[in-house]
Amino acid sequence: MKLAKDYFADQRTEELKELGQGLQRSDVPGHVTGKTSYFADRTFPGMLCLRMVRSPHHHARIRSVDLSEAERHPGVHRILTHKDIPHNLYTILILIQVGPEDEHVLAEDKVRWKGEAVVAVLADSEWAANEAAAKVRIDYEVLPSVLDIDAALAPDAPIVNEHHGQNHYMYDSGPSRKVRYGDVEKGFAEADHILEQTYYSSPIEQAPMETTGCIVTPDGNDRFTCYTNTQAMFFTLDNTSIILQMPGHKLHMVGGTVGGGFGGKVDVTVEPIAILAAKLTGRPVSFIYSRYEEMQVSSPRAAEKIVLKDGVMNDGHIVARQVWGYTDAGAYSRHSPYGAQKGAAHYPGPYTIPNVWVDTWCVYTNRTPSSAMRGFGVTIADFALEVQMDKLARLIGMDPLEFRFINAYRDGDMKAHRQPTTGAALIECMQEASRVASWPVAEKYMQMSSYKGG
Amino acid sequence: MAKVPVQFSLNGEEKAEFVDSGSTLLKVLRDKMGDTSPKGGCLQGTCGSCSVVVDGELRLSCLTLAETCDGADIQTTAGLASDGVLHPLQRAFMDEFAAQCGFCTPGMIMAAKVLLDANPDPTREDVIEALSGNVCRCTGYEPIIRAVLTAARSNSQNAA
Repeated sequence: MKLAKDYFADQRTEELKELGQGLQRSDVPGHVTGKTSYFADRTFPGMLCLRMVRSPHHHARIRSVDLSEAERHPGVHRILTHKDIPHNLYTILILIQVGPEDEHVLAEDKVRWKGEAVVAVLADSEWAANEAAAKVRIDYEVLPSVLDIDAALAPDAPIVNEHHGQNHYMYDSGPSRKVRYGDVEKGFAEADHILEQTYYSSPIEQAPMETTGCIVTPDGNDRFTCYTNTQAMFFTLDNTSIILQMPGHKLHMVGGTVGGGFGGKVDVTVEPIAILAAKLTGRPVSFIYSRYEEMQVSSPRAAEKIVLKDGVMNDGHIVARQVWGYTDAGAYSRHSPYGAQKGAAHYPGPYTIPNVWVDTWCVYTNRTPSSAMRGFGVTIADFALEVQMDKLARLIGMDPLEFRFINAYRDGDMKAHRQPTTGAALIECMQEASRVASWPVAEKYMQMSSYKGG
Repeated sequence: MAKVPVQFSLNGEEKAEFVDSGSTLLKVLRDKMGDTSPKGGCLQGTCGSCSVVVDGELRLSCLTLAETCDGADIQTTAGLASDGVLHPLQRAFMDEFAAQCGFCTPGMIMAAKVLLDANPDPTREDVIEALSGNVCRCTGYEPIIRAVLTAARSNSQNAA
């Protein structure tokens, strides 16, 4: 590993101590000896296994639920339905006043995606829970579904989620998050070339090695200890407190080493129902996703549709950029209103463009709710932006790396969402990339600096 | 459910338990014998996190019935260090940054141990083949391959 210390040397007052050094991870001795403790590395006498009965349909009305046969199955202790849950309707970001509450912990009258939780079976063993879950009889009336962004926004589309009233999130700014900077129409009129392209992405599963789960023990005094691999301990604590209508001091959440998360363990999906199960049975409860559930039920990165329209001059300057960004939230909000909003600020990319117009939408479909994953809201945006940059460079017959030098933001440049650029290092990163990748650029670009005037 | 007796050696120690008939070796090791170093990542024999050594052979403990291990000699990563001295593989995984979340690490180390026991001087291709049943999601394959080759070299230096 090489640390490029020559760049910005005047900004440092002393030699770096940690950066550039190869340091051992503090947790690795536990990893190599098998001593690192993960949430599932514990068991308790009398522990019950929770198995969720899930919707086999994308969109359906629940006519009836028949638990009689499942309840008689040997080893079954209790079966939970929505009636057992004190505050069944929730949304994670209500903690920061991003409503409305739009998702049921256990489905009531409808299911809105294939995999939605309907009934929770508690049994002595995993085998008994699986067998009993197969004996729960749910009568569904299948409803028309919408499975992509275009279908959801079509004029006659069935409504996915009545709590929103239309198939997109309604921001305080209207149906979309907006960035308006300069005058894009004027920019397009002046441009030598205009390129409009549409980019699509599919959902991506985080696929951690350790599946999502928790183990809950009743402390005997109406307090509960919950060992969990959540990536968002306080989201989990506070949402559980709302859903179960229990003060936080009764909920002892214990985190620890997470066996891979990548954003997939940020939602609050297992803890509230497992704690309720422990409360109602008085027994320790484990609720651990199977590999199938981890891949099919846990929230993936959202599918996106991105329309980019750019005006570019023959000398390489981008003079206008218009963006329509759509995030497929699936059936419920989870973190997607935030992800789509993040995209709005991001779309100009690390480039200085004088005229920018962005609308980003959070769209509801009858798909698995999407949520956090490694830079959600901006990662797919970057894919689209950088493919677009290559296409623009080809359009004007310019080297794609030199094209990026011409448009790179530098200290003092105003970004479209009106934050002045500070601490930029894009020029220097590209200079280093040019050397490492043996992709030479003209000397004038190697002499550039992120400092204005440099 | 009918209980059946199982008795085997775990990391050199004699162990005996009554278990539910049909219990996997993974479940018995973790829940009955307190050795949580093998992990359940998929419980369907595809990820390698549960890998242990049974009579010198690499086995997926999530697909191995405990009853079939009666009288066996079982080794796990938890028993690899002797008298507090780390095995060269453990040392190499630490030095080469071959673990991030750590969940796949005990299985990786067991797969690598079986390789080095049979082939003390493996090629890079031998290492890749030996680890091909073990999935790492934190994308650590290159450091893991380097760690196994480093451990092999340190073994041969110690032997010389």
